[in-house]
Parts: sequence; C-alpha cells; structure tokens
Amino acid sequence: MKQSLRLTINGEPYELLAEPYWSLLDLLRDHLHLTGTKRGCDEGDCGACTVLMQGKTATSCMVLALDARDKEVITVEGLAQGNKLHPVQEAFVTYGGVQCGYCTPGLIMSAVGLLLENPNPTEEDVRFSIGGNLCRCTGYAKVVQAILKAAEAMPAAGA
Amino acid sequence: MNRFEYLEARTLPEAITVLGQDEGTRIVAGATDFLVRWRQGLWKPRSVLSIQRIPGLDRVDYSPATGLSLGSLVTIRTLELHPLIQQYYPALSQAATTFAGVQIRNLATVGGNICNASPSGDTLPALIACGAECRLIGPEGERLVPLESFFLGPGRSALRPAEILIELHLPPPPPHTGALYIKHSPRSAMDISTVGVASVVTLEGGDGVCQEVRITLGAVAPTVMRASSAEALLRGQRLEAGLIQQAARAATEDARPIDDIRGTARHRRAIVEALTGRTLRSAIQMAQGASFPFQTQRALAVEAML
Repeated sequence: MKQSLRLTINGEPYELLAEPYWSLLDLLRDHLHLTGTKRGCDEGDCGACTVLMQGKTATSCMVLALDARDKEVITVEGLAQGNKLHPVQEAFVTYGGVQCGYCTPGLIMSAVGLLLENPNPTEEDVRFSIGGNLCRCTGYAKVVQAILKAAEAMPAAGA
Repeated sequence: MNRFEYLEARTLPEAITVLGQDEGTRIVAGATDFLVRWRQGLWKPRSVLSIQRIPGLDRVDYSPATGLSLGSLVTIRTLELHPLIQQYYPALSQAATTFAGVQIRNLATVGGNICNASPSGDTLPALIACGAECRLIGPEGERLVPLESFFLGPGRSALRPAEILIELHLPPPPPHTGALYIKHSPRSAMDISTVGVASVVTLEGGDGVCQEVRITLGAVAPTVMRASSAEALLRGQRLEAGLIQQAARAATEDARPIDDIRGTARHRRAIVEALTGRTLRSAIQMAQGASFPFQTQRALAVEAML
C-alpha cells in the first residue's frame, strides 16, 4: 500500500505517495523524472546511482524510498547554480573526466561527497573514495585528475 | 519480485511485537543486503520492518574501563572513520575500509553485516578477533551471546524468532596490543573477499612473550572461524620468525575452504598462510609500539589481484 512520504530533493520540499518496494532511485527517475541519476546494476555495485543523502553519498538503488522520509537528498541536478556548474562538474569538463558519460553523475556525486568530508584529499584518498564507482571508458586517470583539480579550485571559488 | 509492505518501529518493544505477529516480516536497517536479495527473488517477505528510527541504536561509546559499545545501527563508515575505533580497535576500521564502496558504507550497518551471517562478511573476522559480544533482545528478554558462537552456517545465526541484535560490546584492548585485518579479493573495492584474515596480538611488556593472540579467518569455512591451532602455537611464546611461519601453516589446516567462483580451496589455503603470517608480523610490530598511520593500515588491509 502506498504511504505518504515527505522529503527534500535539491532544496525543494516534496510530498507524495510512494510504494513500499520503490527504491529512492525508482522514485527519482521513474516518478519525479530526475533522470540525471543513472540506473546501472541496480544491486549496489556500480555507483552510477550515487546521490547525497544528509550530506553523505548513498547508492540510491539500495535505499528504500520510504527510508528517505524527512531526509535531504541532493542529485546531480542539484549541483549547478543557475548556469554556473559546480567546481567538480567544471573540472570534469576541463580535464576530460567524461567519455560515454553514464558513470559521470555518480562519480561527480562521490567526488562532491569526498570534498565535503575532506577538502584536501591526496590522490590515494581520491582513488579510495571512487572505489565504489565503476567506469569502463576512462581508466580513471582523468577522473582522478579532475577531482584533484576541483579540490584545488574550490577554496578559490568560495565553495 | 514480490511486493511487500513497509512497517516502521519507533521503539524496541514495538519492533519485537510486530516481528512476533508475522514470521513473514523481515527486519531492515541499511537495506543494502535486503534489496539485493529481494531483487534476486531470494527473499520474499510479506513486510519489511524498518528499525532505522528507533532512537539510540546508532550510538558509539568507549571508555578505557569497559571498552566499546556499538549500537547495531552504527554504519560501516563510522567504524572506518571514528577516531577512537581507529585508535583502540584498528582491525575494525581496517576491515570497514575494505567493505564495498563509500556509498554503501554510509548505508550498511554493523548489525546488518552480522545478522546476514555471511562467511565472507567483512567486519566479522575483526569483530571476533576483538572479542565482540552481541546483546540480543526478544520476547523472552535480553541475552548476551559471544559473536564467535553466534554463527551457525551461511546465512544462519543464533537469533531466535522476533529477536533483535541491538548492541555489540568489545572489551578494552590490553596494553601492548596490535592488530591487522587483510582482505584478499579479485578487485580492491566492491568485491566479496576470497579470504579475509584478522590477527590481534598482545605482548607481555611490549617486547616479551605472546600473552594473547586471536587469529580469525573469513570466507574459508561455513562461518567465520578462529584458527585455534595456530593461536595455540603462539600463546606464551616468543614470536620469532620461524614460529610465525609455523603458525601460518597451521592456520591452513584450521581452514575448511571450498572451491567456488572466487578461488579454489587450494588457492584459499595458500592465501590463508600468506595473510596469517603477514597480519601477525604487522600486529606484532604495532604491539611493540610501532605507529602506523591509518593511511598505511588502509593500504595494508586492501589486497587485490587487479
């Protein structure tokens, strides 16, 4: 039976009815049409569906939608401010951290989550932080470079 | 995939009552194991009971006199990053760092990792090596069960119907104790261990004989297990290189591995020997006072083929 669910997504309050077996990913993509968050494996392995929940990264396919009650969720759609990309997005563009693009929203959310916890990561910190994001195109080198450059850029951007 | 109802408990008595009303109700906490098995069609509950909003189950308390109390909802990420856990129970933080990826560690709970009772559960060897005890609460009241005797087989535990794991207790580590967990898996993240080994060593006076040692092996038997004959060789002895080698070989005889997709039994025994020796040698150095920054411990704990 559907239950009422209140939560905040990208700063906007939502109040809706959700089925008990919906994942947060089902809710975002199939019902709210926030399709920036990607469905990869749907079993918590690939990281394509990574979002921030309460400021921490979470695979949205592994969260029951009703467990997100009263929580704050940020998806990749919530990062840019108007036409200005988030410094992590900007760095992925500048340093070529994108090829096919399917893993990109998840990688970007993992990077944003890392920089919230640790604004000055080492390369090893970056590699550990994206261990849960699979990318079959880039070989990760440019992704890692982009995240390190974003970390450098962020204090200057006042973020 | 069956459809299920979503129930929620706000107190423990409420949770126990709800669980007792229908055996088709399954507890969920982080839900990271649940959703995988449900989508695979392996678990078909009529209802899930979320215990996430029961207050107090996510507490971490440490005191030098009584040790560590971990609520069952403490996340794997907290085990990884909590400064007191890193300091006093380093094997537990090391094990947490080898667990899936950050975005799963932020959701998955220590109680869930235990109650799923997988022989390859990443936190289990470290918890058993640290002497963890489980506090269970159910319709007949509370009881304490050593984690070592909690597991009955793959996916099977000592939990009785409508019983809930609410807390873990780990005794304080004696002075001059060192510990290392190493996970060997095909990939360094998001993979299930082929073998995991935790060693916790306490030396008399920091440079003396071995006062106590616990060696636990993951993914080489139907449950996580102690390498008892390896431990017996070391207790009360000076831990010299030859003896460590002997103990590592003994651990391969303690293990009861099988052939599966992640490795053959023979390969697993060889890994047990290598990891037992390696975890013991580092644990001894730490017990002697060598200080390893967490970044170093992390690099030691994650061992992958790729």
